[in-house]
Amino acid sequence: MNPTTAHPSPPTATASDPRLSRARALLEPVLGPTLKTSSFRDNLRIFVEPDQLLPALAALRDRGGFHLVELGGTDYLHYPKPSGSGKRFEVHYVLLNRDTTDRLILKVGVDPDNPSLPSATSLWPGADWLEREVFDMFGIRFDGHPDLRRILMPDQFTAFPLRKDYPLRGRGERHNFPRITRAES
Amino acid sequence: MASSLLDDEILPGNPPGPHQAEYRWTLNFGPQHPATHTTLRLVLELDGERIVNATPHIGYLHSGFEKLGEHLTFNQYVTIVDRKNYISPPYNEIAWHGTVEKLLGIELTPRCKYIRTIIGELSRISDHLLCVGAAALDLGAFTAFLYLFNQRELIYDVYEEMSGYRFHPGYTRVGGVLQDFTPRVLERINRVLASLPAALRDVEKLLMRNKIFLDRTRGIGTLSRDQALALCVTGPLARASGVTYDLRKDEPYLAYPELNFEVPYATEGDCYARFQVRFEEILQSLKILRQATANLPNGPVNVPIADKFPLPDKTTVYNSMEGLIQHFELIMPNRGPDTPIDEVYYAVESPNGELGYYLVADGTQTAWRVRTRPPSFIHFATFPHLIRNHMIADVVAVLGSLNIIAAELDR
Repeated sequence: MNPTTAHPSPPTATASDPRLSRARALLEPVLGPTLKTSSFRDNLRIFVEPDQLLPALAALRDRGGFHLVELGGTDYLHYPKPSGSGKRFEVHYVLLNRDTTDRLILKVGVDPDNPSLPSATSLWPGADWLEREVFDMFGIRFDGHPDLRRILMPDQFTAFPLRKDYPLRGRGERHNFPRITRAES
Repeated sequence: MASSLLDDEILPGNPPGPHQAEYRWTLNFGPQHPATHTTLRLVLELDGERIVNATPHIGYLHSGFEKLGEHLTFNQYVTIVDRKNYISPPYNEIAWHGTVEKLLGIELTPRCKYIRTIIGELSRISDHLLCVGAAALDLGAFTAFLYLFNQRELIYDVYEEMSGYRFHPGYTRVGGVLQDFTPRVLERINRVLASLPAALRDVEKLLMRNKIFLDRTRGIGTLSRDQALALCVTGPLARASGVTYDLRKDEPYLAYPELNFEVPYATEGDCYARFQVRFEEILQSLKILRQATANLPNGPVNVPIADKFPLPDKTTVYNSMEGLIQHFELIMPNRGPDTPIDEVYYAVESPNGELGYYLVADGTQTAWRVRTRPPSFIHFATFPHLIRNHMIADVVAVLGSLNIIAAELDR
């Protein structure tokens, strides 16, 4: 047994991270000089307000060559520490620059009283289904989305299953789901 | 910008004129249909046999995999990730445990990196064999399908020998793998390496210059480079459209930086280009496998048990106090090491494209949120754009080239 081997952690992004200075140069005209950022391991996260989201994404796409690769939501209800934006919901946009292999994660806090965000489908049509899934699972509406319907859950479903106040085993929807018998069909 | 880029305008059809809409009819395709291979449904709006509009309806296999991830520990969840893309389960495991290890800051041992690379490339071959074989079956080439599926059996034999399970191996663990490779596993891998090239040569002759196959796939479902970027497409689908990004090369992980291989790509962006890229990737994976098995390092396969994450093997548990304590700490539900209260995104190049996990941890052994970036989901979203103005018969060609795995699509 060899208990002494220490494993180096992967590098953590710091203030001197060149990716951060490149992102700062791109985002400064849109977001102003102060960027709210955080990092963990090699992930670099930038927090933006909902009304700054589309200008920030457009600047990163048009001048930085970034493209969207992933979009998803998280519910921080009763999370052990406050979420980075201080809001209950957050939506993350993972952007990738395929020339420099830079990855940036844009995070947007969403207010639980009126959960809505501007839709990124005008910038990347590929955001269509990803936003529909966030709407389906968390009930966050995307303004300007061409076809915001449920995607994985049935249309009759009323709850938002990935919210933290929704129980693992559901609320009996499965047992009370309307069924058509052979005689009725 | 979006609408002009995707070229979604409908070509003038037959008969033209303001009453055109009256001649359209609707066809329901699926959810049970032999050519979907899995459970998904398309509603096709047709003008004669020409597709004016396709609306996919998904969710038939939705099983709440992401919700389950919030209730299972990091090691337990590997059984669920196996069932996402069940055609190449080891790559799902590599992605999931890679994410957990990035969160915990664990650096794998060299032997484990090579072992994971080997099982990952085996699963890539298995995935591409299915994709090409099933597409050939749908397009009428039954022989090619049988030749390729025969080879997949040999890969299942490897899974069985290494883990005891043929279909869902559940082989990786946090900080290592279930058990080390035995000489018998390597022998089974060598059997794959020995028999696959001949089968690939046969299928290449049967398929890749086959007049019917070429006519059915060339110029069908074309995706340009700009469209691929706008639609968030990755993997072989993007590489067939000239986006040459491959995470194995561009953001290297595991043993890939030490291995010599090439990233095949095409610029046509049609179904045939996608099959060509997949076929070429099988050959590159074989090259990787030959190097990785020849250079497999010796030494421990799991990180030391002092790191608090790997489950010690039974000999250590029964013969040493540290091993027994470690086993107890990991198995008891109210024990276990602390994890950071932070979040991490990690992605790998799965056979279908970028497979990523956005993991939010709350300091326990169970994730707060497991978000999968499922390549099948994003690729299937391109289907209405790819199939517009093609014929009904092209639906199976385009579906086959996208390699949609419905369990990953619906999760």
